[in-house]
Amino acid sequence: MLLNGLARLGRGGLGVLERTGRAHLLLAAILIGSGEVLRRPRLLWEQVFNVGVLSLLIVGVSGLFVGMVLGLQGYYVLSQFGAEESLGVMVAASLVRELGPVVTALLVAGRAGSALTAEIGLMKATEQLSGLEMMAVDPVRRILTPRFFGGVLAMPMLAAIFSAVGVLGGYFVGVGLLGVDEGAYWSQMQAKIDFAKDVVNGAVKSLVFGAVVTWIALFQGYDTVPTSEGVSRSTTRSVVHSALVVLGLDFVLTALMFGE
Amino acid sequence: MTSAPSQDALVKIRGLSFKHGQRVIFDNLDLDIRRGSVTAVMGPSGSGKTTLLKLITGQLRPDRGHIEVDGIAVQRLDRAGLYRLRRRMGMLFQSGALLTDLSVFDNVAYPLREHTDLGPSMLRKLVLIKLEAVGLRGARDLMPSQLSGGMARRVALARAIALDPGMVLYDEPFTGQDPISMGILVKLIRQLNDAAGLTSVLVSHDVHETASIADDLYLISQGRVVARGTPADIAADRSEWVRQFMDGLPDGPVHFHYPAPPLEADLRTRGAA
Repeated sequence: MLLNGLARLGRGGLGVLERTGRAHLLLAAILIGSGEVLRRPRLLWEQVFNVGVLSLLIVGVSGLFVGMVLGLQGYYVLSQFGAEESLGVMVAASLVRELGPVVTALLVAGRAGSALTAEIGLMKATEQLSGLEMMAVDPVRRILTPRFFGGVLAMPMLAAIFSAVGVLGGYFVGVGLLGVDEGAYWSQMQAKIDFAKDVVNGAVKSLVFGAVVTWIALFQGYDTVPTSEGVSRSTTRSVVHSALVVLGLDFVLTALMFGE
Repeated sequence: MTSAPSQDALVKIRGLSFKHGQRVIFDNLDLDIRRGSVTAVMGPSGSGKTTLLKLITGQLRPDRGHIEVDGIAVQRLDRAGLYRLRRRMGMLFQSGALLTDLSVFDNVAYPLREHTDLGPSMLRKLVLIKLEAVGLRGARDLMPSQLSGGMARRVALARAIALDPGMVLYDEPFTGQDPISMGILVKLIRQLNDAAGLTSVLVSHDVHETASIADDLYLISQGRVVARGTPADIAADRSEWVRQFMDGLPDGPVHFHYPAPPLEADLRTRGAA
């Protein structure tokens, strides 16, 4: 009984290690094939469109509401100390440093990551990937690499849009509804938000998240069990793993970037 | 029983063993495919016919043994070598494996665009010629989702011969086809083989269609070649297994029942399933 349990644990552990190994091999193959993207930039733009433009609506609307909520909550807390003038800084810093990259990554994982996993998984299940192999076309280079770089490029742009729309949302609520001084909202933001520390670090975060979310989505699709149940499981796993890894990595990156 | 003369064999398989997990798929299998012939490999479902195609094309590696295609040892090739070899092979998958986001025209043009520098007008001519050969020139603008199963397979066939390969491999080309599409496919496979000087390998369990176009037949079961020869040889073969498979008899050396304890003992056992 005990031995059986141990054996199961060991098998499970080995399975996780094996999958992690395969995921890293796939990442290496994707990176080695990156020349394909330079040779055929059209493939890359198609994927930037797929991940980026098609996620614009959900990212924009979410950014607006997150900014509005930040405006409300920030105002209630800050006004207790008579510091509501600093609302702009608070909204912008929260968005640019944390919420922009993190929430965008979570939204992209749900919107584009799951779609990527299902697409690649179904291509595997319907033998399209084997078909490419048999036409002497490397499916990793031709299908996965452009999608990977498409995701990496699209993510920082989406995060920037999320943050910009969020700052406007905070402005509508703070300045428009609650009467915070307009000049203070913008000028404090301009004075206190540091380009290198806040904006660049936020962009680096979303680049990392873009790579990780797309990598997980592609691996889950590529490694799927080629049945309808397999594809459905991989799609779920893609979103769950992406969310957990993004949140965990965010803590590590924040500690590295802002912890002194 | 005639064995294929090995001096003009395009594919030579010697002592092939392959296991899938614990299950033995092939056990010391020998097989030759003559240049210019239509060779059919038949056997019950799960006898490893598709696996054999994957081994010949290097999608899988054998555990033991030797697979030679046109004098090249497939199991020793690296990726680049495999890709070079595959440009000279076409494969028709059971599902067709068409790229679903591309039109019929673009699917057939795909290998040409990947591997040649043809200009658009030359490319168009070539694609139309290939589509004409399978009778679907008029369907060039359709998407794969708008095709019937038989049409999808014919488009896939046009794609498989786009680069003028020397050998085409067919994985269960007749499965799930209505009689008309089946007849078209049977005719096409033979015609393409003879007109383009191809070598065709056909994996199937549709006995009559396959026997009607094949030059050589191999019957495999449980990892071994059970019988080989021309369709006439096989038709004259009196061994029990061959007769059961070729005539579709429900019971024989291959039992109707999956191995189980005696029915009576099983019914007497108390308790839920």
